[in-house]
Amino acid sequence: MWEYTDKVQEHFIHPKNVGEVENPDGVGNVGSLACGDALKLTIKVDEKDIITDAKFKTFGCASAIASSSVLTEMLKGMPLAEAKNITNDDIAEALGGLPKEKMHCSVMGREALEAAIADFTGAILPMAQGEVVCECFGVTDLEVIRAVEENSLRSVEEITNFTKAGGGCGKCEERLREILVKTVEDLPEKAQSPPKEKRMTTLQKIKKIEQVLEREIKPTLKKDGGSIELIDVDGDFVTVSLRGACSGCHSSQTTLKEYVEKKLREQVLETLIVEEEK
Amino acid sequence: MQCHSDQVVYMDNNATTRIAPEVVEAMMPFLTDCYGNPSSMHTFGGQVGQAVEQARESIARLIGARAEEIVFTSCGTESDSTAILSALQTFPEKRHIVTTRVEHPAVKSLCENLDNLTGHKHRITWLSVDADGTLDLESYRQALSDETAIVSVMWANNETGVLFPVEEMARIAKERGVLFHTDAVQAVGKVPINLGATDIDFLSLSGHKLHAPKGVGVLYVAKGTPFIPFINGGHQEHGRRGGTENVASIVGLGKACELAGANMEEENTRVRALRDKLEAGLLGSVPKSLLNGHAQDRLPNTANISFEYVEGEAILLHMNQHQICASSGSACTSGSLEPSHVLRAMGVPFTAAHGSIRFSLSTYNSEEEIDFVLEKMPAIIAKLRTMSPFWEENE
Repeated sequence: MWEYTDKVQEHFIHPKNVGEVENPDGVGNVGSLACGDALKLTIKVDEKDIITDAKFKTFGCASAIASSSVLTEMLKGMPLAEAKNITNDDIAEALGGLPKEKMHCSVMGREALEAAIADFTGAILPMAQGEVVCECFGVTDLEVIRAVEENSLRSVEEITNFTKAGGGCGKCEERLREILVKTVEDLPEKAQSPPKEKRMTTLQKIKKIEQVLEREIKPTLKKDGGSIELIDVDGDFVTVSLRGACSGCHSSQTTLKEYVEKKLREQVLETLIVEEEK
Repeated sequence: MQCHSDQVVYMDNNATTRIAPEVVEAMMPFLTDCYGNPSSMHTFGGQVGQAVEQARESIARLIGARAEEIVFTSCGTESDSTAILSALQTFPEKRHIVTTRVEHPAVKSLCENLDNLTGHKHRITWLSVDADGTLDLESYRQALSDETAIVSVMWANNETGVLFPVEEMARIAKERGVLFHTDAVQAVGKVPINLGATDIDFLSLSGHKLHAPKGVGVLYVAKGTPFIPFINGGHQEHGRRGGTENVASIVGLGKACELAGANMEEENTRVRALRDKLEAGLLGSVPKSLLNGHAQDRLPNTANISFEYVEGEAILLHMNQHQICASSGSACTSGSLEPSHVLRAMGVPFTAAHGSIRFSLSTYNSEEEIDFVLEKMPAIIAKLRTMSPFWEENE
């Protein structure tokens, strides 16, 4: 059974904005029946380039439906220019996180949005122009490269989680590894090692810490019936509060130092010190 | 932990079953007072050994075997591995296995990894199935060769319930001098089995599929079949499987087999009627729904139905809101990205494979539960279809 957040469950059981807007200004169709998920996003844009309405139709699992639903909520009232910057991570974050194997559902949401905007502006979708590397799911190399760059992916398995590429017959695994290696090599020095980046603003730190908490730490703690909240970040000092089964547990100090601190040091900043709220 | 089993409508019995209250009762002394080691010399342990032997006889009776042909293991998967690896070691010069494309991962994955496990190259023949999920015996005959060490074919498919003619296939194997194994974890207790009258050499069964606990299985090894143990150790099971016996669960499995024997007729009448009602009701009330698997040659408790243009995980989670438990062959439920290998082998189109739901009943299901499911399902499917971009164009 998947560990879905309350937000995912809410958007799945009571989805918002199901259907198609009348006389849409932009339509985005992505996915297919064969792939196991598909999304049709329709948007209405006014003369000031603001998205006034957005609706969806989705064939897929709970996280695909929830991603579509939350996306339409985000879009309503949003200027087109801002909507263009929505990433799959923003969608996943709005849902309080997705299981890592389900990240491709948020990617599908973003791709449908891009397709709808391109349809509106008459632009050609750059991603679709790439060379198809995964034939099972029709994923192009450009899509893979972008997923690797934007989400700091470092393994073929992660690529599959985010794009579905390689999740079918597996024939493209070698090609995916090549793309991965090349993309990582090509990354500018700075982007290549964000964890070791010396100067991060507090805001950047908080954002990155929250991302790691949501994506990796919370799901792991949840398995033992616990949770964690970020309370404060002051310089290198990160104050957190352990919740649920973790609070008052004998091993909570071990969890904090050996697991939470280690993960945050690996992925955010080597100098971080994690403390529990007194 | 509180699980409130009385509040759920449990229709996932091919995944696992409720432990029968009679089974729990039979096990209790062996979880409390009677903790002796069955191998001990003293009466305190020896009497526990007698209980294990009684269980062995009950199990043998259910499947028409002799008590000495029953070897206790930890699960169905261990039984499968034991049988296949035993045959390969018995005939090290034979490097060919015949199996099917629809086996449970316990056999499928073992066969896929044999080269790594044994350090030898093996040739595997994966027999195909038709749209109904049935095998073609002529291709089977042709697949057998002098190189074949063992045939492994399931008695009943866990996803569709389709039954394979394993008795006839075992006879054909025997004529060619090839060992025959069947994974019968879904069949034992649901259909009558009389191994004494067959040429089957090995049969795997699992406790938790027939109202005994998880963690106990059996490998039937026909008398005279060459056998090399998988787990070496003490002299338990006459040297065929080392390790101190899981006494309480073995006793529980013995009791469960007695119950299964007594319930066999009910399983094939009352449970079958409930299944048929559920199946006919769903196919009748939900448009674009179809049955997966042969309509007749099937376990009496299983119905695998596809609801086109919707996705299985989404269906299951809506059912979960009503406390209805079932399974799906959709990609999303497994964590993989491809739908069930069984449905794909049958050529079920993608429109249907992603939306397949398996209902598997047991003697504990009631007519009220069937009515409840029949009441809830059409609305769930309709709701998801209004959301599906493919529905309108196919309406």
